[in-house]
Amino acid sequence: MTTRTRDTVTQGVGRSVPRPDGVPKVIGNFAYASDLYADGMLWAATLRSPHARARLVDLDTTQAIAMSGVQAVLTQEDVPGLLTFGQEKQDQPVFCDGEARFWGEPVAVVAADDPETARKAVQAIVAEWEALDPVTDPEQAAAGGAVFREMRIRRGDPSAVGEIVIEGYYETATQDQAPLGPEAGLAIPDGEGGVDLHVTSQWIHVDHPQIVACLGVSDDAVRCHPVGMGGAFGAREDISLHIHIALLALRTGRPIKMVYDRSESFVGHVKRHPSRMWYRHEADANGRLVKVTARLLLDGGAYTHTSPAVLANATFFTVGPYKCDNVVVDSAVARTNNPPCGAMRGFGAVQTCFGYESQMDRLAETLGLSPLDLRRRNALVAGDPLATSGQVISDALPTLEVIDALDSIPMPAPLEDDDPLHMPGGTGLTSPPSAVRRGVGYAVGLKNLAFSEGFDDFAEARVVLTSSGAEVHTAAMEVGQGLVTICQQITRSVLGVEQVVVIWDDTSQIGSAGSTSASRQTQMTGGAVHAAAVGLRDKILSTHDGDELRGDGVYRGGDLIVAIQEVCAAGPVDQWVRFRHPPTEEPDENGQGDVHAGFAVAAHRAVVDVDLELGLVRVVRVDTAQDVGKALNPQAVIGQLEGGIMQGVGLAVMEELVIDGGIIKNPTFTDYLLPTFLDAPPVEARIIEEPGNWGPFGAKGVGESPTISSTAAVVAAIRAATGKALHRAPVRPGDIVGL
Amino acid sequence: MNVTLTVNGESLTALAAGFESLLRILRETLNLPGSKNACEQGECGSCSVILDGEVVCACLVMIGDCEGADVTTVEGLASGDVLHEVQKVMIAEGGVQCGFCTPGIVVTGAHLLEHKPNPSEDQIREALSGNLCRCTGYGRILEAFQQLAGTDQ
Repeated sequence: MTTRTRDTVTQGVGRSVPRPDGVPKVIGNFAYASDLYADGMLWAATLRSPHARARLVDLDTTQAIAMSGVQAVLTQEDVPGLLTFGQEKQDQPVFCDGEARFWGEPVAVVAADDPETARKAVQAIVAEWEALDPVTDPEQAAAGGAVFREMRIRRGDPSAVGEIVIEGYYETATQDQAPLGPEAGLAIPDGEGGVDLHVTSQWIHVDHPQIVACLGVSDDAVRCHPVGMGGAFGAREDISLHIHIALLALRTGRPIKMVYDRSESFVGHVKRHPSRMWYRHEADANGRLVKVTARLLLDGGAYTHTSPAVLANATFFTVGPYKCDNVVVDSAVARTNNPPCGAMRGFGAVQTCFGYESQMDRLAETLGLSPLDLRRRNALVAGDPLATSGQVISDALPTLEVIDALDSIPMPAPLEDDDPLHMPGGTGLTSPPSAVRRGVGYAVGLKNLAFSEGFDDFAEARVVLTSSGAEVHTAAMEVGQGLVTICQQITRSVLGVEQVVVIWDDTSQIGSAGSTSASRQTQMTGGAVHAAAVGLRDKILSTHDGDELRGDGVYRGGDLIVAIQEVCAAGPVDQWVRFRHPPTEEPDENGQGDVHAGFAVAAHRAVVDVDLELGLVRVVRVDTAQDVGKALNPQAVIGQLEGGIMQGVGLAVMEELVIDGGIIKNPTFTDYLLPTFLDAPPVEARIIEEPGNWGPFGAKGVGESPTISSTAAVVAAIRAATGKALHRAPVRPGDIVGL
Repeated sequence: MNVTLTVNGESLTALAAGFESLLRILRETLNLPGSKNACEQGECGSCSVILDGEVVCACLVMIGDCEGADVTTVEGLASGDVLHEVQKVMIAEGGVQCGFCTPGIVVTGAHLLEHKPNPSEDQIREALSGNLCRCTGYGRILEAFQQLAGTDQ
């Protein structure tokens, strides 16, 4: 795609343009899903299973229905269409189908005049349960054949051997996305048997067919609308309350609002898969990888969701950003009675990065090499085959540049003062400086961009030019990352107009933009907007025989030849595009093939201070270098890097859903700890711009890379400080002090 | 019961049972949804308001205790169309992403600067340590407040 872009605009690509929704967000009038209101609306609440696995013997809703202010109570019997939903496989019941398979599975919903009455009515529903033994061990489940997917990689010579052998076992815990905005939505019946849905989501076009099928209505009876969202990070990739409130709206004929509270949110969305990983790295005497053998086991919980794709990412990134010609991987994602897992930032690549980077550190130590030198020696770069699939990397992959840039960032000064605010124990005055040891750790991570394995991945966008500016129409979900700003910047740079507004279309107005996940929207919706804007510009220039478009009209040889009013005299000019990335293919039975559309690499260096007596950790700083292709908005890129790193730090030292017998023991912000301002390490970032093959202006997605290797780097730093092996993330105080 | 309180300089009366949280009444009765309902457990600070001069989580205050109270919410910080300096710098420095924590950060930060115009980095971090942000990693927010405090490096 050629562009004749000249920077005649001041707020185009490459500038740190402020986001257009900044003002409403700082003054408190940005409309989030939980803020929506409609005249006559009812409030909904959900009855959930108190057991991880149980038979529903009897369900009596008569007392609830009889309560004053209660307008409807719905159970599985009230679902007119398909009884199940799911993005990849429709295997999750809309309401309990007679057996609850995880703690918190929805059983019934209530609509009432106010939220308090709705909650009381939920308590008035009498459910009789016969508790069953839950399957909570993924190993046991997989052994019995209860898997959502199994994969294998067989590449090169399975009998190859290396002089140096490193074997290790690693685990990562269940992490919650914990977006601050809870699941929320408003369903408004249209009076003709249809419904308009305004629900938190990352992909309204994949929600839509699931909802339609369960309601048993025609496609055009349901319109899913984009809505303001307080973060997502994967939590909104799958259906939450959409179908429930749509059913209630159609039953009562009144608008229905539902907002999960925080504890319900913890059970109301999928989580990051916990993992168990067995690794065997074999290398020659110089540290070059000869063979990697691994077994990976993820726990997918009760229903499929996106588990098959998460397993694929974990599997294809078993070796990471390193060359290796002989690879054997067997992997599975098990079905258990634990809470369902699915998408979270990094999506499978986070787990294996912790495994392979732990292995690389041990290999470096065994050989007496510095961690970064070992990684340089094995670095996978453009033109190399990916160790697992054998796909030759045709996109830019500046692995060495990323490592060198990270290495060039100055180290922080040693801990000099004894200010308790700077100690691992914080203001608790728990750490005498003599008990504190500093450690430094490194990790490098690799991730695919956009969807893989032959999926027909596309994004639609429409760009419209009027005499007063341009409009961008898309159904891509803005979850806070700043896609709205990027769409404006791309359009400005291509069309030469300053005034650009982004209009969020519903599912009846435009086709899918694909999911806001997999680091894909900057490249996919950004790519669609770019292609639409280029098509629009070229159409106008061709019509008027010009060579440049600017805000005031068409130019030729630097002179204005047709004013913008004349260009748009017959009405707005528009261009619609369905944008696709280069095609990918399904892997063969050995996991071989051109499975991915693109790759990005990032590296992190963590510095920690550890209280060896109490096992407390202070992350002093995390520095990074990241391959971004082209930073369309440098400030927004830094925001993604810093925010993503913090979620990686969380998984390294504090974030874990404690699940016992299938029951989440800490579903509150009191007990599930998120990094606070006092926990947040400073980040120094180096942005590496080597243009990618197909993103707009060479941009690559940047959202996931910061989360992939930051966890491994922090744990490596704690190992360096303590000398402990630490095979599990998050690291707990007991792991450090040896309890 | 009727509760009369001053919100953003305006005297308002809310009909309430009394046990509802101040947050619930602000959001659902007084049509001020800017204060956010992220946890309603007093942990995240998204509903931070200034109540009689102190920053509190509105989700932990019973409306029955608010008779005669003076409350400032995020909606009350700007002067007409002129943003508060904290609001301006949060946008300019990229301190806003999804924005769900932003009302609490803005209210808490405005209160900090009113009482301590030149806070150190440690003081900024401590003052905002009750406000969780899941998007930004706090880096751009710190940068914003350091600019206002004149302690930017």
